Amino acid sequence: MSAPSDAPEKQVEDSGAAAGQKTSAAANRSLRQIAWQRFRRDKVAMAGAIVVLLLIAMAVLAPLLTKLLGFPPNEFHQSLMDPLTGGALKDPDDPAAGIDPWGGMSAEHLLGLEPVTGRDMFSRIVYGAQISLLVAFGATVLCVIIGTVLGIVAGYFGGVTDTIISRAMDIFLAFPLLLFAIALAGVIPDGAFGLEGNALRVGLLIFIIGFFNWPYIGRIVRGQTLTLKEREFVEAARSLGAGSGHILFRELLPNLITPILVYSTLLIPTNIIFEASLSFLGVGINPPTPSWGGMLSDSLDFYTTSPHFVIIPGLAIFITVLAFNLFGDGLRDAFDPRSSD
Amino acid sequence: MELRKSALGLAALGVSSALLLSACGGGGSDGGGSAGSYDQGTTEVVNASEESGGTLRYAISANMESTDPGNTYYGYVWNFSRYYARTLLTYSPEPGAKSTEPVPDMAAEMPDISDDGTSYTVKLRDGLTYEDGSAVTSEDIKYAVARSNFGEDALPNGPRYFKELLADSDDYEGVNANPSDPLAGFDGIETPDDKTIVFHLKKPFADFPYVLVQPQTAPVPADSDKGQQYQQHVVSSGPYKFEDDWKPGSGLTLVRNEEWNADSDPIRPALPDRITVEEGVDQNEIDQRLINGELDVDLGGTGLGPAKKGEILTDEAAKANVDNPETGALRYVAVNTEVEPLDDEACRQAVMYAADHNSLQRAWGGAAGGEIPNDVIPPTIKGHDPDLDLYPSEDDKGDLDKAEAKLEECGEDGGFETNLGVRSDRPTEVAAAEALQASLKRVGIEVDIKQYPSDSFTNTQAGSPDFVHENELGLNVYGWIPDWPTGYGFLSYIVHGDNIKDAGNSNVSELDDEQINDMLDQAVETGDEQEQERLYKEVDRRVMEAGAILPIVFEKSVLYRPENLTNVYFSAGYAMYDYMPLGTTNQ
Repeated sequence: MSAPSDAPEKQVEDSGAAAGQKTSAAANRSLRQIAWQRFRRDKVAMAGAIVVLLLIAMAVLAPLLTKLLGFPPNEFHQSLMDPLTGGALKDPDDPAAGIDPWGGMSAEHLLGLEPVTGRDMFSRIVYGAQISLLVAFGATVLCVIIGTVLGIVAGYFGGVTDTIISRAMDIFLAFPLLLFAIALAGVIPDGAFGLEGNALRVGLLIFIIGFFNWPYIGRIVRGQTLTLKEREFVEAARSLGAGSGHILFRELLPNLITPILVYSTLLIPTNIIFEASLSFLGVGINPPTPSWGGMLSDSLDFYTTSPHFVIIPGLAIFITVLAFNLFGDGLRDAFDPRSSD
Repeated sequence: MELRKSALGLAALGVSSALLLSACGGGGSDGGGSAGSYDQGTTEVVNASEESGGTLRYAISANMESTDPGNTYYGYVWNFSRYYARTLLTYSPEPGAKSTEPVPDMAAEMPDISDDGTSYTVKLRDGLTYEDGSAVTSEDIKYAVARSNFGEDALPNGPRYFKELLADSDDYEGVNANPSDPLAGFDGIETPDDKTIVFHLKKPFADFPYVLVQPQTAPVPADSDKGQQYQQHVVSSGPYKFEDDWKPGSGLTLVRNEEWNADSDPIRPALPDRITVEEGVDQNEIDQRLINGELDVDLGGTGLGPAKKGEILTDEAAKANVDNPETGALRYVAVNTEVEPLDDEACRQAVMYAADHNSLQRAWGGAAGGEIPNDVIPPTIKGHDPDLDLYPSEDDKGDLDKAEAKLEECGEDGGFETNLGVRSDRPTEVAAAEALQASLKRVGIEVDIKQYPSDSFTNTQAGSPDFVHENELGLNVYGWIPDWPTGYGFLSYIVHGDNIKDAGNSNVSELDDEQINDMLDQAVETGDEQEQERLYKEVDRRVMEAGAILPIVFEKSVLYRPENLTNVYFSAGYAMYDYMPLGTTNQ
C-alpha cells in the first residue's frame, strides 16, 4: 500500500470532529483515500500487512540477519548431534544424556538445529523465505500480466476472440497442474533457456505456477471489463475517436487496478502453498539451498525424535499464508464500495 | 542383472525406505523376558519353538510384485514364495553367515558337477507332490525355466541367468512358440528320467548353484501355465496353497496343502495353520501394528521406516525386540573415471581422502544405518578384507592434507568443480549427497547436486554413460546388493568393464581395468574357493586404489521382531528374516 499522506488523516479527524461536514469531506476524498482510511481501521488487516512487510524485510536482509543471529545456512554442526537418531544432543559433551526434545534451541541457535546435519534452523528458515516469496511473487506477477491482458481483450472485443480465450481458460483450469509440474520438472534438463541450476528451478517454478493459474484472474478481469465497457466514459472515449489500445489501457485498465490488486494479494498465499507442495514433492530447489516445503518434506522422517523440525517450517508457511490472506481480505473490504465507511 | 530387485533391488536400492525395511512382527502376548535381546536374531534363533497352529500375519506397503515364482525379482517374493513353490536348492535355514550357503530343497543332494565344470546333474527327492496329489517331475522344472527365461514372451520380471548361461538353447523361442511340444529345441536342460535333471552350461560358472536357488526352478505343470496370469493361482508344491485366487492388491491367504509330504522337506517346519498377506498398507502403519502386536511380519523385509526407527532405537525396552543386521548392500558414491578431471586417478583419490565418512554415516542413520566401510565387498561375502584401509583418517573425518597433495598431483591445486547425481525421492541419499558436498568443499572441490527421479536414474541418467558425460556427473550416489552373495555376484556388475552399457548401466564409475576384468573372469571359472577369495580380495583392493567407488556404508536394516513370533532369525541369503521357519503364538 502507498504510504499515508497527511491530507486524508486530517480529513478523517475533521470528519470525526464535525459530523455535519461528513458529506463534503467524503466528496473530497479519492477512492484510494477512503480505502486507506478503512484499511487503517481494520486492525486484523493491519497486523497482516505488518507481518507481510516483516517477512519481506526478513527475506531481503537474510544475509545480514544470519550474520547477526545465526550461522551460514549450509554450515554443518554435527558435533552437536546424536549420530543414531540425528537429533540434537542435550549436552554435546555428554552424548549419553540423550537428545533434546526442543531440537537444540538455544541463544546461539534460536530455532534449534536441523537433525543429522546440525545446520542452523533459523538461518535456513530465513533463507527459505527468499525462495518462497520470490517464487510466490514472481508467479503472481506472471499470472496478473497474462490474466489481465487476456481477460481485458476477451471482455472488450467479445465474439470469436472472447470464445477462444474463454475456452482456453476452461482448458487451463481443467489442467492437472500438480501432476504436470512434477512431470515437467522431471524432464527439463539441468540447464536450459540460458539458465542453470537453481536459477532455472526458480524460473521453472514461477513459470509453471504463473502460466497455469492466470485464468482465475483472467475471468475476473473479463467480467469487470464486460460491465465497464458499457459505461459512459468508454462510450465517450469511443465517440471521440479513441483507438482500441487507448480504450483498453487508458480507460479500462485504471478502473480494473483495484480488483487486480486485491486478487493478487489473495493469489500470493495460494502460490506460496503451491511452491511448498512442489518442494515437498521433491520438484523444488536443489539442495543444499533451503526452502520451506523442502524442509517440511525432509522433516517427516524425524517427527518422532525431532518434532521441531516439522513444526517450525510448518509454522513459517502458516504465518506467511495467514498474513497475506488477512492483508488481502482487508484490502478487499477496504475497496468494496458496499462496505460502510 | 541389475541389482537384485530383491530386498533392495533396482527399485529399492536407495529407496532406503519402502521396500527395504521390514521385518517381522507379531504381537507380544507373553512377557518380554524370553523374547530375546537387541540384535540377537542376527546371529541366533530367537524364541525357538515347535509349537504349530495359529495365523501368521504379513503386510506389505506396496502390492506384491507377483506371486508367480517365475516372474519376480524381489527378494521378499523369493523368500515368501517358498511356502508354496519349492526350488531345487535354497539358502541354508540357519542364522548368520551360514545362511548364504545353498543347500538341497527338492534336490536329494547338491548337484553333481562334471569334471569340466559345464554340466550340473540334480537328482530329485522322493515324495514331491503338487496340491492335487500328482507327482512333481523333472520336466516340470525344465518347463518352469523355459517359461521364465526364453522367447519374446518370457515372463518379464525375473532375471535371465539361465538364458545367459545354458548351452544349446540360443535358438529356442520359448514355451508358446510350438504349442504341441513346448520344450522342443530346448537342449540346454536334459531330463533323462522323471527324477533327474541335467543343466548344460556354455562355460564353467562356479556360482551356478546360486542360480538354482532362484524361484525360477520351482516346478510348473505345463497344463496349468497361463503365462503372467499363472500368478492368480500358483499350483503348490510346498506346505501351503492359495485359499482363493490372487490379483495385485487383493491380499493373499495361504492354507495348509494336505498333499505335501513333510518327510520330503528338510527346510520347512510349516508351523502356522494359515498365512495371510495384506497389501498396500502404509509403512508407518505397518510399523505401528508390528509394535502393537497386531501384525507379525513386514513382508517387504526392509525394516522399520525412518520415523519409527528413531523412536524404537531410543526406547531401551523396545530395543530388545530389534535386530540390526547387515543387509549385504553397499551404498556408495560412484566416482566416474571418464569425466574430467576425475579421469585422473589422483583426482579421484583426492575425493577419497577428503570425504568425511563420519558425516556420510550420520546421513545414513548412524551406526544403526550401517558400518563405515574401508573396502567394497561387504563382510558377509568372501573376499571382504577387514585389514584394508587405503585412506585412513582420524575419526573417519577425512585427511585434508593428503587430499590437497593429491589435488596438486593431478594438476587441480585448490580444487575443481563437478556435479553429483542423486535420486530426489530418497531422503537418505540426498542427505549423503549434502554431507559429501560439505566435506569436499573443505579442500575446494565444489560440488553441484543434481536431482533425478528414481524411476529413471539407474536407466537413463546415472545409468547412461552419454548422459553422465554430457552433464559432467563426476559423482553419483548409488547402491548395490548382489543377486547372490559371492564376490562375482557382487562385483561383476559394478566394476567389470564388459558390463558398461549404453542404458541401464550399473558400472556407473565406468571402470574398465584390464587387471580387474581378468581376475573376475578367472574367479568365476575356477572352482577353487581359496583361489576365488584371493582374486576377489585383489579386485577389492584394486577398486579402492583406483578411487572408483567411495563407500558410504555397508547398510544395516532395523528389523522389529514381535514377541509372539517364534523361530526368528536373519537370513543373510535373503537379507531379511527367514520366513520358512516362522511360527506364531497368536491363535
